[in-house]
Amino acid sequence: MTTSHTTVGRPRPRAADRRRTIRVQRATFIVAFLVLPVTVFVVFIASPFLQAFYYSLTDWRGFSQDMNFVGLANFTSMFGDPVFLAALRNSLLLCLVLPTAVLAAAFLIAFTVTAGGPSVGHVRGLRGGGFYRIITFFPYTIPAIVVGLIWAQVYDPTRGLLNSVLTGLGFTEFASFAWLGDADTAMAASMFVIFWALVGFYVVLFIAAIKGIPGETYEAARLDGAGRARTAWSITLPQILASIQSSYVYLGLMVIDSFGFMMVLNPQGGPAYSTLTLTQYLYMTAFTKGQFGDATAMGVFLALVILIYSGIIFGIFRLLGGDRRRGAGA
Amino acid sequence: MQRRRRADIAYATTAHGALGIWSLLIIVPFLWTVMSSLKSSSEILASPLAPPTTWRFDNYVRAWTTAGIGEFFFNTILVVGSALVIVMLLGAMCAYVLARFSFPGNRVIYYAMLISMSFPIFLAIVPLFFTLQNLGLLNTLPGLTVTYVAFALPFTVFFLYAFFESLPHDVYEAAKIDGAGEWRAFFSVMLPMAAPGMASVAILNFIGLWNQFMLPIVLNTKKENWVLTQGMSAFASSTGRSVDYGAMFAAVVMTIIPVLIVYIIFQRRLEGSVSQGTFR
Repeated sequence: MTTSHTTVGRPRPRAADRRRTIRVQRATFIVAFLVLPVTVFVVFIASPFLQAFYYSLTDWRGFSQDMNFVGLANFTSMFGDPVFLAALRNSLLLCLVLPTAVLAAAFLIAFTVTAGGPSVGHVRGLRGGGFYRIITFFPYTIPAIVVGLIWAQVYDPTRGLLNSVLTGLGFTEFASFAWLGDADTAMAASMFVIFWALVGFYVVLFIAAIKGIPGETYEAARLDGAGRARTAWSITLPQILASIQSSYVYLGLMVIDSFGFMMVLNPQGGPAYSTLTLTQYLYMTAFTKGQFGDATAMGVFLALVILIYSGIIFGIFRLLGGDRRRGAGA
Repeated sequence: MQRRRRADIAYATTAHGALGIWSLLIIVPFLWTVMSSLKSSSEILASPLAPPTTWRFDNYVRAWTTAGIGEFFFNTILVVGSALVIVMLLGAMCAYVLARFSFPGNRVIYYAMLISMSFPIFLAIVPLFFTLQNLGLLNTLPGLTVTYVAFALPFTVFFLYAFFESLPHDVYEAAKIDGAGEWRAFFSVMLPMAAPGMASVAILNFIGLWNQFMLPIVLNTKKENWVLTQGMSAFASSTGRSVDYGAMFAAVVMTIIPVLIVYIIFQRRLEGSVSQGTFR
């Protein structure tokens, strides 16, 4: 009867059928591909984040499921806690000093390596710059714990590398100086370690961004008589401003949870809590004191700090970018 | 011209001087660690800068067996390796569907993942602890693996989304015309084309997961399940005279050597992945 040879009258329903099967096929494909990733995301990320906001308003101690709604009590008691305030101050200090130091150094190194070469001929990097690039990046690949462990040994008062070298050079007052055990130096010494570990990543990032700037821009600047400092400031910096901005935000996030470094360098938060960070205190509050309500309140507060930090960075960079564009137009 | 050349030399000298000192600050602590790893504890305490009198390779044996570094190494490779494979597969699937199909909920999923990247893990850590406990996954390696997968997922999706979006449409059309279904089009055509992007994001995920400390210290406290970073931090918290310093330095060297080798071999590719993953 109707064999596959007869085409008369068949195409219409067939095409509609085909379209429907394709649509069903496509829908099953989408669902099949999304079901696992979305489940993992909802169970292990979205739901813990959302729960945190609720737990932060309870007096939950974690040992049983009973908890009372206490409103903002956790937040008010937090600000009456001197240890929390010390941790907050330290975390803000880290956020202020480290990203600026890391990005300034990374910019200088990246510029020197890509455009700091001889001022005749093509614009090129310092001779042997690749070596510095490779060396600088390496610490970034090592776990924070191991970096911290190495530096804790380097800083050790009597058997450490630093004091042995200093004493050997004649600075005998450093014979047994405790860099991490002195409230005046513990924070700076810890900051240096984090700087040491992170700067290479941003050097490589900026080198890539600078390489994206057309060479003619540099040649033109040179013809106009711009020296290295002028080129760096007026050509390179504005061109890679977007990279610097996203690095600033990301680095702020990273620095604020410099948990691994700090846990190894100063497990108890340093002398007189001088290096205790918010994340370390949150961890202690939750998992040694068992005050889960208070700890999640700190987590919520931490998220707020990061939000404000990112907002400020975006604001500053918008102002900078705006100024430059106006300057260029005038 | 003359003056210019002299300025160049002055600049190059200063730059090499500063960068040279910086390089020494990186290299010397490593060399000192290697040297100390070959000394006995008493030698380390007595004269930190003196070279070892006899080379004590037994430090390495003790670190590997007694301190458990071997076991932790195995756990780390197991957890990071399987998490990496799973997250690359799930991430690619999710990113592909989000980037190339339009359906209700598409934007919601994408933005939810994007937003979760800007939250600190610390906000989620306490509820996460109890989620894993309720699922019976607390202190187990599968539990840690699935958490690693979850926390690497948003970045993987975000990164690969842009990659799949930029892949040409005509290859996909050609595959479809040749009779390939959606599954075949993905696994035989699109996924191989995305290989460079996959490699980049895999490298960044590998570094991130290999270095992870906070998730294991909270969610994986049973000692036989420890990962490398936990074993290393145990050295830091065991203070006092009883510490086996030789073994500790040996453990540090053993964790660095594989990374160093991988870094030297894949150095170009690694740096390529950094410059592509601008957001992380």
